[in-house]
Amino acid sequence: MSINVPEKYWWDIPLDQDEKTWIKVAIVWCILLTVMMPWWHISGNQNPSSEFYRITTDNFDKLTDKFIAKYKVGEEEGIDVVAPPANTDVFVRGSQWMWEPILKLKKNQTYRIHLSSVDVNHGFSIVPINMNFQAVPGWDYVLTLTPTTSGEFHIVCNEFCGIGHHTMIGKIYVE
Amino acid sequence: MNWKFRVCPTTGLKVHDSAETLIQVNAVTAIVFLLVGGALALLMVLTRWQVVHILPADYFYRLLTLHGIAMLVAWIIFFEMAVLYFASAVLLSHRLAVPWLAWTQYILMLVGAAMVTVMVLMGKADVMFTSYIPLQAHHMYYLGVILFAVGAILGCIVFFATVTSAKVEGAYEGSLSLVTYGAAAAAIIAILTLAHGAIALIPTWLWALGVIPMMDPEAYILMFWGFGHSSQQINLCAMIAIWYLLGTLTVGSKPISEKYCRTAFLFYILFVLIPSEHHLLVDPGLSAAHKVWNTGYFMHLAILASMMHAFSVPAYVEVALRKKGYTKGLFGWLKEAPWGNPAFSSLVFSVVGFGFLGGISGVVYGTEQINIISHNTLRIPGHFHATVVIGTTMAFMGVTYYVLPLIFKREVAFPTAARWQPYIYGTGMTIFSVAMMFVGGFGVPRRHWDITAADAVFQLNYGPVVNIGLAITAIGGILAAIGGLMYCLIAVATLLIGKKIPQEA
Ligand code: HEM
Ligand SMILES: [Cu+2]
Ligand SMILES: [Cu+2]
Repeated sequence: MSINVPEKYWWDIPLDQDEKTWIKVAIVWCILLTVMMPWWHISGNQNPSSEFYRITTDNFDKLTDKFIAKYKVGEEEGIDVVAPPANTDVFVRGSQWMWEPILKLKKNQTYRIHLSSVDVNHGFSIVPINMNFQAVPGWDYVLTLTPTTSGEFHIVCNEFCGIGHHTMIGKIYVE
Repeated sequence: MNWKFRVCPTTGLKVHDSAETLIQVNAVTAIVFLLVGGALALLMVLTRWQVVHILPADYFYRLLTLHGIAMLVAWIIFFEMAVLYFASAVLLSHRLAVPWLAWTQYILMLVGAAMVTVMVLMGKADVMFTSYIPLQAHHMYYLGVILFAVGAILGCIVFFATVTSAKVEGAYEGSLSLVTYGAAAAAIIAILTLAHGAIALIPTWLWALGVIPMMDPEAYILMFWGFGHSSQQINLCAMIAIWYLLGTLTVGSKPISEKYCRTAFLFYILFVLIPSEHHLLVDPGLSAAHKVWNTGYFMHLAILASMMHAFSVPAYVEVALRKKGYTKGLFGWLKEAPWGNPAFSSLVFSVVGFGFLGGISGVVYGTEQINIISHNTLRIPGHFHATVVIGTTMAFMGVTYYVLPLIFKREVAFPTAARWQPYIYGTGMTIFSVAMMFVGGFGVPRRHWDITAADAVFQLNYGPVVNIGLAITAIGGILAAIGGLMYCLIAVATLLIGKKIPQEA
């Protein structure tokens, strides 16, 4: 019984044949899973970015403002719209409760997106393609992005960031 | 000194009266929190169902914060304290060492939980149970969490003191029983992980008081999950110890190889503290090599342990039933199993739900690449309602059907309702979890009051399939809420009007 003290010398009693077989199956399976992780990282080419820098929220704020001033092409619902050229550094700023600026990107061109927040944590979720990254104050998270479909995308905040969390919606145009 | 014991007429175990009282108060408190958390769950699930959308935004976030705390923290950990005292004092037929310390555990946890609840309901802690900084709650909120954790550590100390004094005073010879051994694994992990909790929360509390500057937000996330994820392995070990206990109580199963089961528990202690970084897969701050190593190699050693238990628990049940003569065909034993015993059906839901729904979804979402399409979507609550509700909660519910007669000395009230309870709860929760994981696949965010974004500058439309999925989620949730309410009512009714079981002193 599992509620009684086991027989003396229980550690000398050999495993049952079925138990042994199962352990072998399980070990092989776990090795497979373990190998898959680095293997897919190297060969799959679909990894989350691991390029990031420390930055103060003030500096990130200023860099974003400068970026907006440089490439601004208009406004929508009071939010600046920018059209940066390909291969530039693009800044996306999360704050309670908006994503700034609205981006106009070109299909099949590559951009370096700098993602961060200037107050609390936010979640950067591109809808409808469903890609999700964390925007953390104090950290500049660099995502290398090459849009491959054109259209209109939304950025939904999916990290709880206060009572207005569900109103934090941004936009990306790809043409 | 004189300790008061009674002899349990069913099991012949000697039950120390302090142990009995402490098991009772912890278990009853746990069930009260389950009832509260369940009521909140119903309101939340009816809010996420966009057609019904019952709560206003601030109350949705507030009650969601409270639901996480009432359930994952209060219900689970109060019940675990009862399990620790049961697995030490009762199963070893020994006195509970240092009862005053055990009372301190209870009072600290109760005061802590009350402080947290009051702060959240007053709207001073709209931070979710993860309380990621720089979001800030009132300092009493953090103090409440810290007091609760200190209480839980004291409970673990009482457990080890009881086991040690039982050994010294010769209450048992040789090794601990498997169930007590599993509980010991849970208690060891509890002490290790609560230390991470202290590293994350004590500076946060001091920061809220204005004493020290804020720590780095990403460092907080790392520390929080070092505690928050690893502490799930407390639940895991407690749940698996209960699986073995329920196997024995319901069909008389016994471990075939003690070495096998105990090695698997040891793996948890050794490896399970590490894979917490799967919460940070799409965060800045950690290198890819770090993440792959942490979530790959060590996670899979912990998974090996789960796979071992997932084999042995059902296998031992099968062996026990075959020994009783149910040997017809390959699955004759399964047909003859005691399906009408709510403890047995809870056990089956717990093992199957935890393993197939919770375990597999967890391994999948915890990979570096798939996490990009899962992080903070409804896939995540879908996954952990399978582990911590169908798995842990149902195991705890199942064992309650034995705790009531053995510790509260009363026959379970409404036996017919009790027979149905696990099926209603388990089916509801299965529908709920699967539907949530499905909806999450479309990128629908978790912890989100309004996915149409009606009040925002831009509106959203996730499409009709998502709307149907959320409706199915709600229906599963309602069914589960009914099953949960039945459980609470059966337990309370048993305490109040259940037939007393005669005892000898
Ligand atoms: C009647 C059964 C239950 C129902 C219908 C239910 C429903 C829900 C819903 C709708 C959410 C919010 C999902 C979101 O919008 O992000 C949620 C979150 C959660 N639930 Fe439950 N739940 C139930 C039982 C439980 C139990 C028993 C536990 C723990 C043992 C639990 C732990 C949690 C946790 C930890 C969260 C996450 C809170 C957060 O995101 O901060 N639930 N639940
Ligand atoms: Cu946000
Ligand atoms: Cu948000």
